[in-house]
Amino acid sequence: MAATPALSVEGLSVEFRTRSGIVRALDNVSFSVDKGETIALVGESGSGKSVTAYAVMGILDPAGKVTAGRAMLDGLDLLHASPSQLADVRGRKIAMIFQNPRTALNPIRPVGQQIADVLIRHGNVPRKEAPAQAVEMLRSVGITDPARRAKAYPFEMSGGMCQRVMIGIALAAKPWLLIADEPTTGLDVTTQAVIMDLVNDLASQMGMATIFITHDLALAGQRSSRIVVMHAGHVVENAPTRELSTNPRHPYTAELIAATPDSAASLDELASIPGSLPDLRRTDLPPCRYSERCPRKIDACAQPLPYAGGSISHIVACWNPLPASSEFEAKASAA
Amino acid sequence: MTTLLDVADVSKLFPVGGGPGFFTRFKRRFSGGPEALPKVHAVDDVSFTIEKGETVGLVGESGCGKSTLVRALTRLIDVSDGTIKLGERELSRKAARVFARDRDRARIQMVFQDAGESVNPRFTAFDAIADPLRRLRKLRGNALTWQVETVARQCGLPLQLLTRFPHQLSGGQRARVGIARAIAVNPELLVLDEPTAALDVSVQVVILQLLQQLKKEIGMSYLFVSHDLSVVRLLCDRVLVMYLGKVVESGPAKEVFDHPLHPYTRALVAAVPRLHENAGERLRLTGEPRSPIDPDPKVCRFYGRCPRGTDACTTAMPALRSFGSRRVACHFAEEFLPQRT
Amino acid sequence: MTVIATTPQREGGLAALIKHSRYIIAENPVTGFAFALFVLIVLAAILGPEIVPYNPLTSDTAQALKPPSAHHWFGTDQLGRDVFSRVVVATRLDFFIAVASVVLVFLMGGLAGVAAGFFGGWTDRIVGRVADTIMAFPLFVLAMGIVAALGNTVQNIVLATAIVNFPLYARIARAEANIRRDAGFVEAARLSGNADWRILAFQILPNVFPLLVVQMSLTMGYAILNAAGLSFIGLGVRPPTPEWGIMVAEGAQFIVSGEWWNAAFPGAALMVAVFCFNLLGDGLRDMIDPRRRT
Repeated sequence: MAATPALSVEGLSVEFRTRSGIVRALDNVSFSVDKGETIALVGESGSGKSVTAYAVMGILDPAGKVTAGRAMLDGLDLLHASPSQLADVRGRKIAMIFQNPRTALNPIRPVGQQIADVLIRHGNVPRKEAPAQAVEMLRSVGITDPARRAKAYPFEMSGGMCQRVMIGIALAAKPWLLIADEPTTGLDVTTQAVIMDLVNDLASQMGMATIFITHDLALAGQRSSRIVVMHAGHVVENAPTRELSTNPRHPYTAELIAATPDSAASLDELASIPGSLPDLRRTDLPPCRYSERCPRKIDACAQPLPYAGGSISHIVACWNPLPASSEFEAKASAA
Repeated sequence: MTTLLDVADVSKLFPVGGGPGFFTRFKRRFSGGPEALPKVHAVDDVSFTIEKGETVGLVGESGCGKSTLVRALTRLIDVSDGTIKLGERELSRKAARVFARDRDRARIQMVFQDAGESVNPRFTAFDAIADPLRRLRKLRGNALTWQVETVARQCGLPLQLLTRFPHQLSGGQRARVGIARAIAVNPELLVLDEPTAALDVSVQVVILQLLQQLKKEIGMSYLFVSHDLSVVRLLCDRVLVMYLGKVVESGPAKEVFDHPLHPYTRALVAAVPRLHENAGERLRLTGEPRSPIDPDPKVCRFYGRCPRGTDACTTAMPALRSFGSRRVACHFAEEFLPQRT
Repeated sequence: MTVIATTPQREGGLAALIKHSRYIIAENPVTGFAFALFVLIVLAAILGPEIVPYNPLTSDTAQALKPPSAHHWFGTDQLGRDVFSRVVVATRLDFFIAVASVVLVFLMGGLAGVAAGFFGGWTDRIVGRVADTIMAFPLFVLAMGIVAALGNTVQNIVLATAIVNFPLYARIARAEANIRRDAGFVEAARLSGNADWRILAFQILPNVFPLLVVQMSLTMGYAILNAAGLSFIGLGVRPPTPEWGIMVAEGAQFIVSGEWWNAAFPGAALMVAVFCFNLLGDGLRDMIDPRRRT
């Protein structure tokens, strides 16, 4: 793990100013993505996973403020960069795709030109060659008859095609890191499979790192090599996918797995997660935001959270984590 | 087992683009132009039954016609052809426009996907649940209040939430309101249109278990429409798979998912993300679905996207054939039957 | 027929509206200002004739065309009538015209539009053609035509204003009804045994109402201007009734000779009223839209 990660988020805290008080949306969030790695940021609604992405990209809602932390991308702290530095980096080194492709596309510009724009601005492609390369990009995202489609407007294309165009725009300048914010939520499962295949294939071709944000644990497990589980603005567990799915150590992760229909043989086997999200506007939030609903709570849980409770590659933010299975314990002591 | 719902040869066609206007139709009558206009075959010749106490799943992707079918069954829209029998009564004969006042209206109810959309934002939870009781059971005053509170308790909705508006409730609470409203009039058949699609997975568990429990308490049959195969596998006794307006496969839920016979079902099952497996076997569908507008009645609807396609697929529409408790509409279904030892 | 649960009384209703209104006014002082001004106008309309120092109709030619002074705050007009008294008393008439016009157009346009949007088909076509016909005319010319044909009484001015604004209200109502026609809760209402007319009345209309209310406050300003305009060209109220528009018309001829107060004060009153109604429209929309509530 000696190489510098593509992105390193350290101690990120974000607050939102609202009518009813200050919402402490993120508290001390840390994780990193290695070059070429695909990780998943998993959590339910209110976990802060999208806020994390928005903060890193610098597109937080104006009511939001980064109160602490850094996000290092190739030596530049994205959270404290100037607008021109950010503009330079976005598209060229870091790109994002969203859940709703239609809102991400300019409705009054043909799609080919939108890709060409990125190529010119960030890809250092001469103006004359950009249109042809844009057509190639459309082809590589699986759009049939790309030369003709390049002249089409977004409203002339189906949702699935717009999704592909959005991916094309994001990847046109071959960024180092792609953030995908629930890109397949709401899509049919067969379309989802095809889109995810596309993203994974392109990412491995380009050696691009990916942060895949989703609430679907099964999907995350299938598509990423490492999963970061978030709850109420905290990172609760961070582990390689297979380890996490067979040996979850944080109680919340275990409950989340138990609640996923895919893992149960019958309805009675499914378990719901006790309690509910704490109100993030409270000023008296305990250091562990899961402790109030946690069945494994002990006295130590009143203290500030530890950062590592397991092998280095498997981070658990818990004072009373579930035991590590022997298979992974052996690896830990060797590390 | 007695049959509760008997759907026979139901079709629903929509004219493309809303159809010609009054004057065009008027002119046509005199000029003798073609009556046949391009139509979307949203639901095409669908037949199935639901027994008392059964939970039947209906799966399929966008454009398969399940929403249209469901709206026809619940009598929100009329069918173009076919019959819908609930018990002894033939429902399709009465127009959808006037069915709201029918004496059998309460026998089929529906839980919608997004309870936020399906409850009037200006109604409190109490008003929403009370509405069918007022209209269909003619309850008023204390009797009404008592019934609303009973149903709310049955659905795990705390009474103090009854005075809240939908936007003041959480997703799970809204889902409970939607369910409470639907079961308040004791329907025999409850249609659930993706009731947990908008919910977090932890809330989904609770709602699914609630639905299971209610079914036992009240003795309803369920038609559970969903695109989430994992949920359907857990909740449903039988499942129907639809594609482009037709039922392509049906059978016991676990069997259909463990051993799918139709190539579409196989692709569907292969695409479902599994936590403990990699995105392994790439059984992916290529291309776009066929057009639902005036489809050729001789060509299988899946032809073109199917990994296999032979001449037989273009000369005869595969009929739904029975193999024990399973039914499949594919010429090559035999090849995928599980080997019996 | 609201039945309230035996468990806690609903926190909604009037109390919440007032609390929310206070919040909006605190957030945006301009709305608060407009609201205060509105109250002032209403007071002037109600109490006007009782509190003015002079009878607005009494003429006293000896005092004609006197500039503003301690005796006559706004000066006197060509017939020696106190301009201040006339301006204040005119508030009642102009306010009445404004309110009557918006109520009439709300009923006509709102109901027609909702029916057109909800039922579609012939209803939609007929309402659409009627609206198109009205919109084919330049609106003021149409108002002039209606008043000229029917006679210049206050009722006809109100009617003309309502007709001229009909397409706008019908269009807003129709669009909203059309969107909600297939909404989940309309389907749910059908499943619950509600006939179409019930759905229209209890589900659709209450959702259409807030948008129309905002439009109504804007139309109030327009109605006054319309009446003033009609008076200016002699098709409005007949003298000696005090009405801002007719006062401006009569006073206009005196500006050249230096007696500016005749036209300026009624004109200022017009301006303030229209300004107030427009600001109020913005504030009202914030107050009424339930989605903006926490």
